[in-house]
Amino acid sequence: MAEVTAADLTGPKGAKPRRAFSPTNIMIYGTLLVVCLYYLLPLYVMIVTSLKGMPEIRLGNIFSPPVEVTFEPWVKAWSEACTGINCDGLSRGFWNSVAILIPSVFVSIAVASVSGYALVNWKFKGSEVFFTILIFGAFIPYQVMIYPIVIILRETGQSISYVTGTDFRLMGSIWGLVIVHTIFGMPILTLLFRNYFSSLPEELFKAARVDGARFWGIFFKIMLPMSLPIFVVAMILQVTGIWNDFLFGVIYTKPETYPMTVQLNNIVNSVQGVKEYNVNMAATLLTGLVPLVIYFISGPLFVRGIAAGAVKG
Amino acid sequence: MTHSVEIKNLDLSFGAVDVLKNLNLSIGEGEFLVLLGSSGCGKSTLLNCIAGLLEATDGQIFIKGKNVTWAEPSERGIGMVFQSYALYPQMTVEGNLSFGLKNARMPKNEIASRVANAAEVLQIEPLLKRKPSALSGGQRQRVAIGRALVRDVDVFLFDEPLSNLDAKLRADLRVELKQLHARLGNTMIYVTHDQVEAMTLADRIAIMKDGLIQQLDSPSEIYSRPRNKYVADFIGSPSMNFFEGVLESGTFRAGDLSFAMDGYVYERDGFSGAASFGIRPEHIATGDAVAASAVQMDVPIKVVEPLGADTLALTDVAGTSFWVRMEGAANVKAGDSLRIGFDPARGSLFDAGDELRI
Amino acid sequence: MAVTDSGQVAKRPSRLFKNMAAKIATVPMVLIALVVFVGCTLWTIYHSFTRSRLLPAPEKWVGLDNYERLWSENRWLISIENLAIYGVCMLVVSLTVGFILAALLDRKIRFENTIRTIILYPFALSFVVTGLTWQWILNPQLGLQNVVREMGWTNFTFDPLNNPEIVIYGILIAGIWQGSGFVMVLLLAGMRGIDEDIWKASRVEGIPAWKTYIFIVIPMMRPVFVTAIVIIAAAIIKVYDLVVAQTSGGPGIASEVPAKYVIEKMFGAQNLGLGFAASTMMLVSVLVVLIPWAYLEFGGKKDG
Repeated sequence: MAEVTAADLTGPKGAKPRRAFSPTNIMIYGTLLVVCLYYLLPLYVMIVTSLKGMPEIRLGNIFSPPVEVTFEPWVKAWSEACTGINCDGLSRGFWNSVAILIPSVFVSIAVASVSGYALVNWKFKGSEVFFTILIFGAFIPYQVMIYPIVIILRETGQSISYVTGTDFRLMGSIWGLVIVHTIFGMPILTLLFRNYFSSLPEELFKAARVDGARFWGIFFKIMLPMSLPIFVVAMILQVTGIWNDFLFGVIYTKPETYPMTVQLNNIVNSVQGVKEYNVNMAATLLTGLVPLVIYFISGPLFVRGIAAGAVKG
Repeated sequence: MTHSVEIKNLDLSFGAVDVLKNLNLSIGEGEFLVLLGSSGCGKSTLLNCIAGLLEATDGQIFIKGKNVTWAEPSERGIGMVFQSYALYPQMTVEGNLSFGLKNARMPKNEIASRVANAAEVLQIEPLLKRKPSALSGGQRQRVAIGRALVRDVDVFLFDEPLSNLDAKLRADLRVELKQLHARLGNTMIYVTHDQVEAMTLADRIAIMKDGLIQQLDSPSEIYSRPRNKYVADFIGSPSMNFFEGVLESGTFRAGDLSFAMDGYVYERDGFSGAASFGIRPEHIATGDAVAASAVQMDVPIKVVEPLGADTLALTDVAGTSFWVRMEGAANVKAGDSLRIGFDPARGSLFDAGDELRI
Repeated sequence: MAVTDSGQVAKRPSRLFKNMAAKIATVPMVLIALVVFVGCTLWTIYHSFTRSRLLPAPEKWVGLDNYERLWSENRWLISIENLAIYGVCMLVVSLTVGFILAALLDRKIRFENTIRTIILYPFALSFVVTGLTWQWILNPQLGLQNVVREMGWTNFTFDPLNNPEIVIYGILIAGIWQGSGFVMVLLLAGMRGIDEDIWKASRVEGIPAWKTYIFIVIPMMRPVFVTAIVIIAAAIIKVYDLVVAQTSGGPGIASEVPAKYVIEKMFGAQNLGLGFAASTMMLVSVLVVLIPWAYLEFGGKKDG
């Protein structure tokens, strides 16, 4: 071994040692741990309650894990729970929600993406005015517009019936709700697409025009293939938003076509019979499952979607 | 001479802002015209107007004798190359080249032969199946040019096509562009803010400022006989040295400095009054050459910038900063005194009022 | 030179039909903006000055009658009071909690993604789900109160859902649980947008992290805070499903909110005039928030 003087060995050398348990770290991670527990607690309570039998719930406390795991509440919630009108459980609401969701997501995204594209690349006199109205519209309480929309849907439906000689209804049908979701999805989605399209290089659009492509040609052949991520973001936003909707479901549909959230509320807050908390929690979890699955799968894209509204246009 | 592109009394305004003002420009068949100016001068706007991407507020545009003022970009017989290349990212090189032809509903075999031809000219045949993201900057630029080439048009429009490339590649592609122009013989209109590109490529340069063409001339004319002070100052690096003074009966006087303008070719005869005299740093003599100069003086050196091939020295003449370009081997340092000389006939005189050449 | 002015392509495209496809494509947007957002809003405001018990009925202009009745009704006053308490607390708590969490997550910690995922997941849930879950947790007989009592504090009382005095705070807990993650994400994004060099500078100058946050970061994040406040405020005024699910407005009418009041007047009591007046009041309260914001945001500079 070579001779090393003592002076060389003392004093700071190399990487500064880090203390994993410094007071700051303990405080930060400690706080975050408590916070995470607070946020996770309700989910935990939902799950354990839904897996217990009613006698156990009446005796035990809500935080204790089930002594005897039972899936009966889930089965009951799905197919037997009563709303006061019928006893089909949540399944009817689930399928209604699916039937509402698919056309609503498709139509709202189609309309908003084309509008966003036109606002960026095909500005016409006053186009910005309409956009400003849309953005302000996002802040108008739904309650202000809800009743006139009822009238519009009813009258339009009747006119269509009259013209076609069929018994077509917009009010109280899934199609009316699709229109409503398209309307109220417009502000945020148009903003989302407008911001995205304006972030694409303008020269691409110019190049395509020199190449002789027109409005739809540029949209489908140039813009769409470059915009898959933003369409996914918009889909996440709309799927969770429409699935979670309660207000429009109550107002614009009738009991047979109530979406899942309305059905859930009617089951849990039904005044008939004995309260079955385990069934209620199973039903609540079932309703929350779709957005939760989407949320956990999509991760950062979901964050991007909700932050999109906050980014200035 | 037939005119390939002709612009008559073109006006363009965005709301209250006039970007182009009553602009007239005629570009000859096969000419390489460069629109040069600093950002915001309206050069790109003018190019977009010619392309049909911006609508003129007033005036007319003719391409090949055809009034195209209201025509769609694709109907104008132009091809365009953009600064950011603007290649369609989801299409292959081949797809990029053929997109315009497909839109024009051209038969398949015709498309194939044109793409093959353009690829050969630009030597991008091995890249045809690749996506733009798999190309280098220079290759992308070539594809962008190819997209204009396949259209088989008379007029090529270039919007700062080399600005996104690094210095070496830019020089290489500049040479290639010049060769391409020589081979194809198309009319080319080229927008840039880079005076080296303008000087090397152009048959004629149009220097623009505030939506107006300041001077439209050959590069050498613009360099040696700038029509106004703005052009004189804009062209050349470092820019021209100016003295503010008075011109009286053939003698320029600025403070203690005074010299006769013998041999100067006047634009306006008999001018007398406040004027600026400008002389380029490379027209200043140093060393032995000073002896032959009409005006000679000793000046203090403030800063030296050795560039290798040249050495630049910032000096002080009669209280104004004065650049001198010397040979690379010049052995000078800040604080030295330098003997310089120049010939006033090589300089330029401008009216201090309207800043036009005297 | 033989350029003729006649020109072969000299068909002046009509302004109206220029880019026809683009114009047709924006019809839905224009209709939604004009008919729904402007038209329906004006319609409701107009009808709030008429006596419309059940439309269609002859409209009779009654001036401010509906508003006078509205403001003399106990239920509406309770709704407004609840909204005010809920709103102020929601703003203060969610911004404070959101900022602290964002600052903690901003400290380059491990498991950042996991923690963010946990804090944000309630935001993905429906208000109905949130409301029902907290209804169960706050259940006076079997919920949190019961657990604490079993642990020995037999006198412990926390039964917001049974106590008209504090029921709105029970809803607030659920609201914060659902919404604060969103505020955190917003503020964290704003924080990440701040120039890294600010942190380097404050380290070089030896300024403690908390001081940097309070005196440098928060002022720099002003636009993000303003945006967050506007978004939270708009959400507060719309709060409806949460109350319906969690308390149905009870006990009695102790947890009523304006949004619920409107829906019930319109579709339950068929007292449309009162419903329109109440919804117009909601619009007014939104405008009180929105107009100063729009003025700050777009007032000074004209951007197109």
